[in-house]
Amino acid sequence: MKKDKVFWATVAPLAAVLSALLLVSIILSLQGANPIEIFQVMISYGFDPRNLVSELNQTVAYYLAGVAAAIGFKMLLFNIGIDGQYRMGAFFGAVVGAAVSLPPVLHVLLIVITAMLAGGLWASIAGYLKVRRGVSEVISNIMLNFIAAAIIAFLLGEDLLGILPEGSQNVQTRPIPLSGQLPTFKMFNGEVYSFLFVAILVGVAYWIMLNKTVFGFNLRATGLSFRAARSSGVNAPGMIFVTTVLSGAIAGLVGLGTLLSDTYSYSMAFPSGFAFTGLSLALLGRNHPVGIFFAAFLWSFLERSAPVLEYEGVPPEIVIVMQGTIVLAIVIAYEVVARINLRQQQRAVGRVNVELVSDKEVK
Amino acid sequence: MGNILEVAGVEKKYPGVIANRDVSLLVREGSIHAIIGENGAGKSTLMKTLYGLIRPDLGSIKVFGQEVSLKSPQDAIALGIGMVHQHFKLADNATVLENVILGSEPSRFGFVVKFDEARKKLLEIAETYHLDIDPDESLSNLGVGERQRVEIAKVLFRGAKILILDEPTAVLVPQEVSELFDNLRDLVNKGLTVLFISHKLDEVLSIADDITIMRQGTTVVTKKPAETNKKELAELMVGGELPRPIAGIQKRSSESILSIKGASYSRFDGREILHNLNLDLHGGEILGLAGVEGNGQSELIELIMGLLSPSTGSVEVLGLDTSTTQTRDIRNAGVGYIPQDRQRDGLLMSAPLWENRILGHQFATPMARGIWINKNAAAQDSKRVVEEFDVRTPGVNVLASALSGGNQQKFIVGRELSGAPKLIIAAQPTRGVDVGAQAIIWDHLMKARSSGAGILLISADLEELFSLSDRIAVIYSGSIVSVLDPSMTSPEDLGLAMTGAKTA
Amino acid sequence: MATDTKKEVKPAGKVKTFFKSPARITIFIAVIFFVLALVESLTGSTDISSPGTSGATLRFAIPLLMAGLGGLWAERAGVINIGLEGMMIVGTWTAAWFGYQHGPLMGFVAAAIFGLASGFFHAILTVKIGIDQAVSGLAINLIAAGGARYLSGVFFPPVGGDRTVSPPVDAFPTFTIPIIAPILEKIDAQDIFFISNLAGILHGLTKDLSLVTVALLLLVPLTSWILWRSKFGLRMRFSGENPVAAESLGINVYRIRYIAISISGMLASLGGAYLALVASSVYREGQTAGRGFIGLATVIFGNWKPSGVFAGSILFGFTDALRVRQSESVMSLILVAGIIAMLLSIYYSISRKWKPGAISAALALVAWWIHQRVDVIPQEFVTVFPNFATLIVLTFLAQRLTPPAMAGMPYRRGSE
Repeated sequence: MKKDKVFWATVAPLAAVLSALLLVSIILSLQGANPIEIFQVMISYGFDPRNLVSELNQTVAYYLAGVAAAIGFKMLLFNIGIDGQYRMGAFFGAVVGAAVSLPPVLHVLLIVITAMLAGGLWASIAGYLKVRRGVSEVISNIMLNFIAAAIIAFLLGEDLLGILPEGSQNVQTRPIPLSGQLPTFKMFNGEVYSFLFVAILVGVAYWIMLNKTVFGFNLRATGLSFRAARSSGVNAPGMIFVTTVLSGAIAGLVGLGTLLSDTYSYSMAFPSGFAFTGLSLALLGRNHPVGIFFAAFLWSFLERSAPVLEYEGVPPEIVIVMQGTIVLAIVIAYEVVARINLRQQQRAVGRVNVELVSDKEVK
Repeated sequence: MGNILEVAGVEKKYPGVIANRDVSLLVREGSIHAIIGENGAGKSTLMKTLYGLIRPDLGSIKVFGQEVSLKSPQDAIALGIGMVHQHFKLADNATVLENVILGSEPSRFGFVVKFDEARKKLLEIAETYHLDIDPDESLSNLGVGERQRVEIAKVLFRGAKILILDEPTAVLVPQEVSELFDNLRDLVNKGLTVLFISHKLDEVLSIADDITIMRQGTTVVTKKPAETNKKELAELMVGGELPRPIAGIQKRSSESILSIKGASYSRFDGREILHNLNLDLHGGEILGLAGVEGNGQSELIELIMGLLSPSTGSVEVLGLDTSTTQTRDIRNAGVGYIPQDRQRDGLLMSAPLWENRILGHQFATPMARGIWINKNAAAQDSKRVVEEFDVRTPGVNVLASALSGGNQQKFIVGRELSGAPKLIIAAQPTRGVDVGAQAIIWDHLMKARSSGAGILLISADLEELFSLSDRIAVIYSGSIVSVLDPSMTSPEDLGLAMTGAKTA
Repeated sequence: MATDTKKEVKPAGKVKTFFKSPARITIFIAVIFFVLALVESLTGSTDISSPGTSGATLRFAIPLLMAGLGGLWAERAGVINIGLEGMMIVGTWTAAWFGYQHGPLMGFVAAAIFGLASGFFHAILTVKIGIDQAVSGLAINLIAAGGARYLSGVFFPPVGGDRTVSPPVDAFPTFTIPIIAPILEKIDAQDIFFISNLAGILHGLTKDLSLVTVALLLLVPLTSWILWRSKFGLRMRFSGENPVAAESLGINVYRIRYIAISISGMLASLGGAYLALVASSVYREGQTAGRGFIGLATVIFGNWKPSGVFAGSILFGFTDALRVRQSESVMSLILVAGIIAMLLSIYYSISRKWKPGAISAALALVAWWIHQRVDVIPQEFVTVFPNFATLIVLTFLAQRLTPPAMAGMPYRRGSE
């Protein structure tokens, strides 16, 4: 049974990736390019040590977004608000980090906590609306994403919290002093964010919380069946709210790798689109911390190796099409696998029922 | 008047269950024909067969003397058979007229709805049958009785000559019932035929021209109201004899573990579901709660479990006031809960058995250790439950949804009886399970009683109530109308009490 | 037995009845214009009622309207379409490419066809396969955005090395309504209190009109007519309200949803085409700028009614127009809103509705405070006004909204 589970859990994402590759190959062939050659170029470019480092750094952010989405998924919440929550976290983390001076470790800790609080508080609006007002978190979060972006753009104004460094076009927050910065470490001759370890820690904590603690059990139970959880004594609406906030708090960490080890300040150049990426990765990695990690790396790999396609005469955005296709394929594949799985188990139960007529031994 | 509908020898089997066998029914044109029987007597199966939702294995159905084969509701509608479902199939965000004409819209070029024509036709129907409905009212403004009239109008709009009403009074308050009966009389006076399913003997006797009694999947006899009485009908419904109560060891303790005093509960829309309800349960006894479904049982259970709060009165479980105590603390105090809807309230269907073993016990040892889930204990104890309760499964890692209903139920009962609970709420503990599983569950409930637990047994199965209960309380319209001693009570008396006749 | 519960309490719906009567709506709008005229004559700024603003409002409103109607079609049939943004992108790109090749008319036709196809794709995923409606919609957004950028790179000749912009497409002919427009222009120039302000607004709506604008505006009454007068519309509404009931009466819910979602895609795509061909004359990357999501917001704002979606898109289009034109005029607008809130609070107080009265009074105070204390409303906040307004509506009026009961819920044929 265990082996079966692992088999199906790997075969579905692989099938999804392969079908996306197939589709992209067809598109490329139509364009007159040789898909095999293109993929080879991408792989050799993407696995170049220098690029591996930037992929790894990108993975950190994507991974955290994926975990944030996965916590939501466990509660059947579709946290499309990760974008706004991440912005809030990174921005206020940067602002607070620049405003105080503390001993090194404490300083970083403060920034991390601020970011989680900001992300969690921002998510709590959607949580409140969902639990108390019955508003779908999808709609409220889409609106909140736009509003978060606007609030930050406003606060970044030069007379407020933003500064315009000399020779730059981009307003940004004041830089975080050295004590609030996180060092990088050497790997593949490059600088890898040590926030990677925080991300790994979050993944481990997420897994333990979900699978080993009563809180995680209650969370999953509420996601699986609101009514059964309620009957069992769980404060189900409360769990929904708390889960929303928790997902937002993790989302608040998404931008910190870059903030603490690279830019040291928040600017409008911080990328967007983490929400859908996070949701995609959680789907692809089946809400499992290890699965999400591979998915996050795949995503970073695709994005970082895309620019090389330009030299092959292929617009690099084909990669986005590929990502979208992978997501659709994976959702369809899981739908199919879930049906097969249940049928298999039912057959197994049926066999036991027949055996039991002669033999009462239950294993 | 001839027979508009003739059913002969209809049989329908499901794996392991005979839903209908040798069903015969003659319905006279222009009559109100009531069909009565206990839950599970096969009434619904028969009605679904007549409406084309179920295809029988054997037997013949004649409409207007013509042998017919009903493959779908559309076939039934074409033959003039219409059904008013117990659960209305209506949309709130639309008008009465729109709800009525949907699917049979009179239209121009097959595209433009002729609303004026439809409205005229509906008003004519309303006029003819004295149905008080306003075509342009929004459905969201209508109460239950009015909604039912819309459902009736829907059937009439399609030109039905035979109306099947599935437990139409179950959701109505008394005035609405009398309005409905006036409507039904109008319908038959205008030449239509009504088939009426019910539990309630008073109603049946007052409205029906013919009464057919069903029991254990078959039709027993057809009576005329003038020739019978409530007592006889109740007897026919439950069958001649009932099993004698099993003499267990009676160790009724003096302390009350469940005490409900004057509890009332009103729903969000103001409808009072429970009214001044009093109940008392001691350790070491099984208190049966008899009653036709929908008389407040579900709400009573939720009050006891602390999922709802009473609007007045008090509910005390093991000395805890449930309106101020959280469900988890009530459970932790030693309450086992076997919910009526096991798949929705009792199980995480897509989680493995060992996780389902934890459900409801996650706040205390041995399933939890501090903030941690104790997986080993859960797996171990799941194996024990599987063995002791004969749950047919290849292992405890199987998803709950893969088990059959009976095995799911055995697992839930096993789970709720573990940890020696002091109070057990058992709602329909053997509904839909096979005879073997039923015996196992009964056996364990009796054992729990012997070891001093108090059990509130909510059941629609009279055999179960008589076999297990030390006392039987009867709930009707949200109140306890009588408390009976099963050894001194005949099934007829119980049947009468359940249907609201004032006896004790 | 509870004998006193004769009927369930009927919901009162004061706001609903107030806005229902046409005479009252007319009065309400007249009051708004009157206050507007008052404020403009006091502050001396005339930008709000200038023909430029009303013309721009219409141009900004149409894409939102089309996205909103697209969302309405899908949700009325029971499926939420988060892919509107992507479907608009499909529209901008195909309109520009086919418009560039074969003229603007063919651009529109192509946008309609490809939009239909993108909607159909969403329908296959959500109706047939039954995957999560939000996942499908978001994936469509992603694929459309990436696909458009990819195809631009392949097909568009580089304009000065820029692959993100299409070559310019011929413009649609515009026309000015004869006699009326010039008369309005004259009145506007007269500077008569109230009348001139009104004429200014109307002038903007009657000059330099594109035929496409008029044609797309007609989709509002057409959608209303289909929803409430046609057999298909009735069945579509029930597919969204109670698909089980519809199926039990022999209606093919799947087929209805296929059709409705395809049309949803077509409408959103036409909104995109309008952006590329009428509001500008090129495809530009990121041109839709979240308008699909604002369209989704207009559906909620408009309470799932075509006229409401229209009102919502005009309001949001208006804020867009003001943002582009002149930030100071936003301040006059806040004053207008404040005065109207004050009038409302007086109205409510007279009719002894204390709670809404107090809320309106508080709003009036807030508006007054902002007007006194703030010089310029930051552009960022003007931009997200639609999003903010929608969130407020959801928070405070959620109980009054009547969304299709089963929109967004998975539905499998034969389920109970």
